[in-house]
Amino acid sequence: MHACTIRELTKEYVLKSETVRALRGVSFNVPEGDYVAIMGPSGSGKSTLLNLLGCLDQPTNGQLLLGEDDVATMTDDQLAEIRSRRIGFVFQSYNLIQQLTVVENIQVPLYYQGRLGAQERDRCIELAHRVGLGDRLDHRPTQLSGGQQQRVAIARSLVNDPYFVLADEATGNLDSKTTNEILALFDELNSEGRTIIMVTHEDEVAERAKRVVRLRDGLLQSDATNSEESRKAAAQRALELLPVGDE
Amino acid sequence: MLWMRTLGLGIKSLLLHPLRSFLTVLGILIGVASVICLLAISEGISNEAQRQIASLGADTIMVRSVPPPTDKLAQSGITPYGLKRAEFDMLLQTVPTIRSAIPIREIKRTFKFADRTVEGRLVGCTPEYADTTRLTVDRGHFITDAENFQRASVCVLASEVAATLFPYEDPIGKSVYLPEHTDFYQVVGVLEFRNDSAAIGGSMEAQSFKDDIYIPIKTLQQRIGDTVVRRAGGSFSGEEIQLNQITLTVRDVEDVKSTAALVEDALKSHDDMEDISVVVPLELIEQAKQQRRLFLVLAAIIAAVSLLVGGIGIMNIMLATVTERTREIGIRRALGAKQRDIISQFLVEAGVLSVVGGAIGIVIGISCVPLFVWLRKFAAENYPESLPEVISNVTPAIVPISIPVSFLVSLVVGVVFGLFPAIRAAQMNPIEALRHE
Repeated sequence: MHACTIRELTKEYVLKSETVRALRGVSFNVPEGDYVAIMGPSGSGKSTLLNLLGCLDQPTNGQLLLGEDDVATMTDDQLAEIRSRRIGFVFQSYNLIQQLTVVENIQVPLYYQGRLGAQERDRCIELAHRVGLGDRLDHRPTQLSGGQQQRVAIARSLVNDPYFVLADEATGNLDSKTTNEILALFDELNSEGRTIIMVTHEDEVAERAKRVVRLRDGLLQSDATNSEESRKAAAQRALELLPVGDE
Repeated sequence: MLWMRTLGLGIKSLLLHPLRSFLTVLGILIGVASVICLLAISEGISNEAQRQIASLGADTIMVRSVPPPTDKLAQSGITPYGLKRAEFDMLLQTVPTIRSAIPIREIKRTFKFADRTVEGRLVGCTPEYADTTRLTVDRGHFITDAENFQRASVCVLASEVAATLFPYEDPIGKSVYLPEHTDFYQVVGVLEFRNDSAAIGGSMEAQSFKDDIYIPIKTLQQRIGDTVVRRAGGSFSGEEIQLNQITLTVRDVEDVKSTAALVEDALKSHDDMEDISVVVPLELIEQAKQQRRLFLVLAAIIAAVSLLVGGIGIMNIMLATVTERTREIGIRRALGAKQRDIISQFLVEAGVLSVVGGAIGIVIGISCVPLFVWLRKFAAENYPESLPEVISNVTPAIVPISIPVSFLVSLVVGVVFGLFPAIRAAQMNPIEALRHE
């Protein structure tokens, strides 16, 4: 069972009568339980791929299966439905809704499925505990640090039991200590069986994933697996690299 | 359930900017409040006008003598003008739809008892006058037919005259002295207090009944006659009138207009002198009702304009809000909000704004009644002279239908003017919305 199947995926934009070919036929699969880092320089098409994987956009050609759902031919409403049921977004800038509390923010994807019962609320509280924010349930985003906000976002991404967590430069705004904590959380989630796809341009972050997919000029450049040893070494290195005197 | 949450969310978002929300609401608020208030005041004025006109009697026709224009008067001496007793008899005998007719003669006179004096109006009339003018007798009795035929020297006092001339004694049986005619009239009755009647256009002055003394018209004709001379500032002025007014009561209200036409025709000989006028209260009531409709239309126009302005205010703020919250819209879309979810979110906000504005407006509009009464009391105490008579009698009356209608209209305004910004929000590209700073 694949969390995500990509076949000859192309995406073209028309910008002022000029056609930009952002993806020119990319194919790879993400099995359930995988931890994939997508890398590539700007212009490589990684943002485009991210938007397609997140069902925010539709491919020009090719096949894109999330689980067994064929996303390529869906209407706007169906895409929204898939986003609320089967995708967990984690953004670089957290993207929490300012007027909602921690628990309410975690609940947003369920809200758009019409699931508002006490049971759902309990699940949100449980997830808040899971990411270490059990004592901040009724705080608002402005009352939280960046790392805490990102934890809320991660809890939110898990609330709908998604095919995969889609993290877009999830540690880009965080200091190295917090980055480390978030990556450790991803490791834990992955070891619990969660599928994670993360887009990053930092090698230290990519080293922590099980697998690194590199894009260049809209094409797949490489698809390599990180050995268990190298991942552990990377995690160790990250700890050692923390500034001296910080705790 | 979902709607409750959406509503709660909308209120929460609006409360993030309380001042902005309040200012947005202000347009609708003022619109609704002013419409309810205006309607209440105009309804009050209309009620008062109708009440005053109705007190003249819907089934009556009044023919009054009015001074002719100066160029119709003789060079010297006194020119007789106005209604004649012969005409009174003629009307009574020839117009079949007339049930009763009252001849009236009014003269400004001085009344005395002991050392107390009242400047008042001596009214010569028949017994029916009390009934038609809705005067009620407090003590004693009104003039009787017998007294009229006998040309008895009796009089009936208005309550204020009685109170001034006889503060300590019972006026019944006492005699009031008229120094201008060296004449005495014995008091046989005292009336209850009565409000002033309406002034109607140019055709009729407001009638104050409070300085009146009523005597039988035949007594007046015999004792005083038709010519009255008044001395003012060293010179004499006088008038010669047989009757000041004839009040006709028609058998059926339906006959009022045709009878009025007949009466005008019968009195055509006065056309040259222009010395009479015919007043038909029924027509005045209809005019007043027409005026009320005009007020309603005017209020509706004011309402439409101010609600339009309020609606544009809401649209303006909603557009700003949508732009400001582009990021939030992107997040919501990414997390699974459909376009219609976004539309309903912003529609609910616009609806809440306008409904809250409408509700506060209704409360303020309703409270304009006690406010108006209080203001009038304040003005009456501090500037009693400057208060127009219309204002001092009017009590605003809330038009019940104006409340649900204005509430509904403000809701509709919110939805209509909120729709465009909401659709704009929903149609944003989620990818670009997410990237928005």
